[in-house]
Amino acid sequence: MNFDPRFSGRKFTSVGTRPVRPDGVDKVTGRARYGADFNMAGQLVGRVLRSPHAHAVIRKIDTSKAEKLSGVKAVITAKDLPDLTDGDAAMYDILDNCMARTKALYDGHAVAAVAAIDARTARQALKLIEVDYEILPHVTDVDEAMQHHAPLINDTIFTEGLEQKPVKPSNVTKRSQFGHGDVHQGFGHADFIVERSFKTEQTHQGYIEPHACVASVSSDGTAELWVCTQGHFVYRQHCAQLLGMEASKLRVTSSEIGGGFGGKTHVWAEPVALALSRKAGRPVKLVMTRDEVFRASGPTSATSIDVKIGARKDGTITAAEATLRYTCGPYAGSWAEIGAMTAFACYRLDNVKTVGYEVLVNRPKTAAYRAPSAPMAAFAVESAVDELAKELGMDPVEFRIKNAAQEGTRSSYGPVYGPIGIGPTLEAVKNHAHMKAPLKKNQGRGMACGFWFNFGGQTCVDLNIGMDGSVSLAVGTVDVGGSRASLSLVAAEELGIDYSQLKAIVADTSSLGYNDMTDGSRGTFSSSMATISAARNAIKILRERAAQMWDIPVDDVVWEHGHAVAKGDKHGNLGKLSLKEIAAKSGTTGGPIAGHSELVADGAGVSFATHICDIEVDPETGAARVIRYTVVQDAGKAVHPTYVEGQYQGGAAQGIGWALNEEYIYGKDGRLQNAGFLDYRIPVCSDLPMIDTQILEIPNPNHPYGVRGVGETSIVPPLAAIANAVSNAAGVRMTHIPMSPPRILAAIEAEREG
Amino acid sequence: MTGIAVSTTINGDTIEYLCQPDETLLDVLRDRLGLTGAKEGCGTGDCGACSVIVDDRLVCSCLVLGAEAEGRRIETVEGMAHGDQLHTLQQKFLEHAALQCGICTPGFLIAAKDLLAKNPDPSEEEIRFGLAGNLCRCTGYDKIVRAVQDAAHVMKGA
Repeated sequence: MNFDPRFSGRKFTSVGTRPVRPDGVDKVTGRARYGADFNMAGQLVGRVLRSPHAHAVIRKIDTSKAEKLSGVKAVITAKDLPDLTDGDAAMYDILDNCMARTKALYDGHAVAAVAAIDARTARQALKLIEVDYEILPHVTDVDEAMQHHAPLINDTIFTEGLEQKPVKPSNVTKRSQFGHGDVHQGFGHADFIVERSFKTEQTHQGYIEPHACVASVSSDGTAELWVCTQGHFVYRQHCAQLLGMEASKLRVTSSEIGGGFGGKTHVWAEPVALALSRKAGRPVKLVMTRDEVFRASGPTSATSIDVKIGARKDGTITAAEATLRYTCGPYAGSWAEIGAMTAFACYRLDNVKTVGYEVLVNRPKTAAYRAPSAPMAAFAVESAVDELAKELGMDPVEFRIKNAAQEGTRSSYGPVYGPIGIGPTLEAVKNHAHMKAPLKKNQGRGMACGFWFNFGGQTCVDLNIGMDGSVSLAVGTVDVGGSRASLSLVAAEELGIDYSQLKAIVADTSSLGYNDMTDGSRGTFSSSMATISAARNAIKILRERAAQMWDIPVDDVVWEHGHAVAKGDKHGNLGKLSLKEIAAKSGTTGGPIAGHSELVADGAGVSFATHICDIEVDPETGAARVIRYTVVQDAGKAVHPTYVEGQYQGGAAQGIGWALNEEYIYGKDGRLQNAGFLDYRIPVCSDLPMIDTQILEIPNPNHPYGVRGVGETSIVPPLAAIANAVSNAAGVRMTHIPMSPPRILAAIEAEREG
Repeated sequence: MTGIAVSTTINGDTIEYLCQPDETLLDVLRDRLGLTGAKEGCGTGDCGACSVIVDDRLVCSCLVLGAEAEGRRIETVEGMAHGDQLHTLQQKFLEHAALQCGICTPGFLIAAKDLLAKNPDPSEEEIRFGLAGNLCRCTGYDKIVRAVQDAAHVMKGA
């Protein structure tokens, strides 16, 4: 309705304050209901049988003994999830990932499932299912999978994106390329060139809440699904398509979500739970164990990246090139493509080229993990940039400032930038007290930059004004970390009322129009845009009602500070009407007052951050410890600054874990050896220092308040910032993430031995 | 009938239940008693999301059998507030935004309560090591540590 999303400077009243979140009390008292906290009458317990093999043909599955066990109400295999994907290759992959059809493609791949009266019976039933496997050779390493002799994971895949269509199938599903200029010529103009190869290991989002859902399919063809997800509308579409249901007959309610970070954007257990419920005729609760979460949900890619950067003596980069190989698990993906797009996005380059290769391996299907694919590319590029600065004898911050992208720069992946934050974050870092603090023996300082696109997407919001003047805001983007607070602030700002007058909820799929999921740092960006639009629509009605109450033309009524005000001398003694007063009369002035908004939130402003990190390395053990950490990031406009800081700190902490410790370790048998929090060790409280933050606000011109997404960028710089700090502390260049103690020690010893 | 009859005290109330020999205290709390504040993040004692206090000792309820609760005194997150009066730690967690997704929060609150009961004036390092058995993936722990510091300060003055 003629909504103008462009930024307009304004003085904020609510936005930028730090109130307690509306869902807070429930979360500190144990009342908040997460995925596994919900139960239905007559509910069964679902369990999934998983392949112990990395790669195997499923010759036969005999479920007869399990079916006969007392208390078992349904047993399903791929036969109970027939292929209804109608040529949609991406959906077919999702289906096959939910339940293996002809081959088990990784350790943990689902092959059958049961629903029983209790967990003990369900576990017993799994043991009675007999699966006849023909074990095939497997491959889990990204570089090995690209070799010609590597075991072929899918013989129907021929590499896309090559000039000539290949004659042989390959584990490389796609080649993509980005850039501009002529890198060959550019390197010809370079006085110094750094060329390095890097590897990063696979990591998991590590959300503390395992995937959980309760599915209930009724004999009339309707169904309900309670689930922890980042996108219940997307889950509805996927589940409906895979089960042959009409989407509107499947009502999906998103529970409180115990962390997602991209990992709860894909269905795994949900179609299985629905199929079990359909077969058993009873609700089924399916909760993954932690072992299943590691083995069978979607970790990020392992990578192998080559980088080459050249610069003139004056510090100008003349050319930059990268080849990026990313694992996708056993199904096609676009992870290397994203890495290739982000790799050099921080810089102003005349000659740049990046090539990405998507690689199939016998590991779980890769899923998004916070700014997916960007941290690994940044690790490689920012390590090389640091090394090049050293060779040039330049300060690493000054070198980056000299080459930083600016407004009007054509980005390495194509678009021309608007106002951006890379230069300002670098200037802020240059002037930060952290950069001047003294270091002790065995300590080193590193810094690095990071970029993320941010996303907008389809968004729908309802804003309803009660007759008591309170406002309920129903949004469709799942609240993963405080967005109900930020969206309430935005609604309060626009309506001119107090934050406490509002209550925001996340509506289910039958109560609100379609919303894309909470990904791409879009939750607050897109839903605040829709909230502003909905509030403006409500204000239009409030003005109309006030005009009616006063019996004056609506054009003479304006909305100021939560009140309708009559403008013009002729209305001089009309005073003003509060939202509450107008709402109280709504029953006699035309009925309920509401504002709705449905939009595609275009123009998500790109995001940049620069991090500083101090590391102490123990030269005897190779253990590295973060001593001090600072995040500087552009938020556009920080709606709720405390939660913005929280996003910065959380991303940094995840990056620290990734840089120093976390990795999927596969045995020669292709089985995951550390599928638990004891052996896959994420940072604990005693591993970390306080994480300082500095919020910059460079308004996004495509949002009324200037908001940019803030959730993801903070995980992009840490790998490189820490690698640069370790390099400065230990005098060795680390090229393999994670920089676990054995890797650092080996590098130190190799350096000593020369 | 293989159930074991258990009589115990939970948040000051006498509670009786039947449980199977292989059921954990966490299973009993969540599935039999409807006390879903304690969460199962791992089931192996590595994440602390299921933390409860048994006879003044902080434990992972996923590592305790339901039958072992016989005659014990158990405190869960549901017992921290008095009516509508939040515990100081709960209030400080809200004020400092020490939670994002909130799944680890009940475990952290219980662990912090236990910590402050034993050490009312902890240093930052003592807080960090005291809470090292609880995993949080959202916050980077910064705001959690600050909330506990603030709560300790207020509780000392009380």
